[in-house]
Amino acid sequence: MSTLEVRLRKRRGDFLLAADFELPTPGVVALFGRSGCGKSTLVNLIAGLLDPDEGSVQLDGLTLTDTARHVRVPAERRGIGCVFQDSRLFPHLGVRANLDYARRRARRDARIDVETVVDLLALGPLLARRTQQLSGGERQRVAIGRALLSQPRLLVLDEPLAALDAARRAEVLPYLEALRDELAIPIVYVSHQFEEVLRLATHLVIMEAGKTVAQGPIDAMTLLPALRAIIGPDAVGAVVEATALELDASSGLARLRVGTGELKLRAPGLKAGARLRLQILARDIIVATREPHHLSVRNILKGRIAALADDGEDARLITIDIGAALIVARVTSAASRELGLEPGLDVWALVKAVSLRPLAPVGSLTSRAYRDA
Amino acid sequence: MPWLSPAESSALVLSLEVSARAVLLNAPLGIAVAWLLTRGRFVGRTLLDALVHLPLVLPPVVVGYLLLLIFGTRGWIGAWLQRRLGVELIFTTNGAALATAVMSFPLMVRSIRLSLENVDRGLEDAARSLGAGPVDRFVTITLPLMLPGILAGTITAFSAGLGEFGAVITFVSNIPGETRTLPLALYTALQEPGGDTAAARLAAMSLCLGLGGLLLSEWFARRVRRLLGR
Repeated sequence: MSTLEVRLRKRRGDFLLAADFELPTPGVVALFGRSGCGKSTLVNLIAGLLDPDEGSVQLDGLTLTDTARHVRVPAERRGIGCVFQDSRLFPHLGVRANLDYARRRARRDARIDVETVVDLLALGPLLARRTQQLSGGERQRVAIGRALLSQPRLLVLDEPLAALDAARRAEVLPYLEALRDELAIPIVYVSHQFEEVLRLATHLVIMEAGKTVAQGPIDAMTLLPALRAIIGPDAVGAVVEATALELDASSGLARLRVGTGELKLRAPGLKAGARLRLQILARDIIVATREPHHLSVRNILKGRIAALADDGEDARLITIDIGAALIVARVTSAASRELGLEPGLDVWALVKAVSLRPLAPVGSLTSRAYRDA
Repeated sequence: MPWLSPAESSALVLSLEVSARAVLLNAPLGIAVAWLLTRGRFVGRTLLDALVHLPLVLPPVVVGYLLLLIFGTRGWIGAWLQRRLGVELIFTTNGAALATAVMSFPLMVRSIRLSLENVDRGLEDAARSLGAGPVDRFVTITLPLMLPGILAGTITAFSAGLGEFGAVITFVSNIPGETRTLPLALYTALQEPGGDTAAARLAAMSLCLGLGGLLLSEWFARRVRRLLGR
């Protein structure tokens, strides 16, 4: 019964929100879509801060909302900790009092204690401050800590980084990763920034114009068409897991296992055995139907075509099975025709660039994304 | 107070007392009405709004007269109060306080309402998601955030109450030691031959009180705002 199941309808004027998804917990579900597509409305419905016209919300077998059975657990008894874009720290209370406010009202046994939260989010130096003396990033860390101390069954993060500049975002992101990796709390993460989603999410629900249009694990190929519509064709790519095999300290080059193949790329600071998440953009792959030689491209993965799909007017997306993993390549329709690309054909994928994102455990890799040609 | 005559100090103390009682009655009522007007969804809200503001636009004498009708010995509430609770309002300090309260109520409500409208509902939602029920939310979040407005409203209403004349003299008359507040004493002095000096002294007292009240209100509001970090 470890799932978050959401089926909700809500009409607001001309805007109709229709959300249907069911995903395993714990994990990080990213609600991804453009600004104004109804993501915040949806999380407010899940948290019970808004009432749906009809539908249900089930969390780990617990019914939080079910209009058919007239169940509506009030927000204050749902155990859903919320972190909002504008942090919403209580201005008349200091940092410590904000944290205590949540701790004293927790309706479940304390599983996360104050020390854990203070350590995890590095709140120690902030405890004695007034909330007005905090930077944007610090405010969000305190807000996250406050939500955790309410001992939530589910943590809802509604664009927690959207109000921060790039530097502050980079400052808070590692804390969110630590949260995901060290506490087994299901998280719903709302964002319109695909970079964040890629780093944090285990599952993805894509929303467009009030509707959930696709859902699945972050590496699911089925997400790509819906993603393409939002992030554009150039940002479409496969997300694959990789394991670091060895690192050459002098050159900074790491050997990574991806599917049954290997990639080499610059990743100083990476430790052998670390698991990583890689994004390989479809536009960064060249497809060859014979084994290529005499090329400057270092990274070549052998595979077999699993599927082909039209990608816009004159391009095709080729899904390639590289053994225990799938990647996608974009080729022009003309090239696809001339090469005779079809499912089942053996191909070599020449990878021009890879962006790296750390996956649990974070290890020693810094949180920047690496690119290598 | 050695520099004041017994009559003057009696009027001063009485003014302070009447205004204080009026404010004590008004503050909780003002919070409740401001809440209803801001957050309430009910038929007749506009009517309640108009009713609350009526003393601002009515001649005070009319308010005093209406109070006589309702709270007088033969008025339907006045008679009941006297019979059941033994509370006399006519010709008493309590009656003066009631008249003052009715007149200054709109000032109180306006100020509290403004502060309630400025309370970020998002903070209440945040408290709610942290497990705070409705009463808990009101007491720990909404009320503290309204405090500047409540304080400002109280001080303004108190200062205004010190000078209430028309409604008081109509409702509870002008009885030394019972209902003769500063403005009533001033009026009395003006009616008497050779009372000019007394009138001037009383006027100066009223002026100082009013000015002091306004300055105090501003100082309070600033302090609380700083405390809330705004």
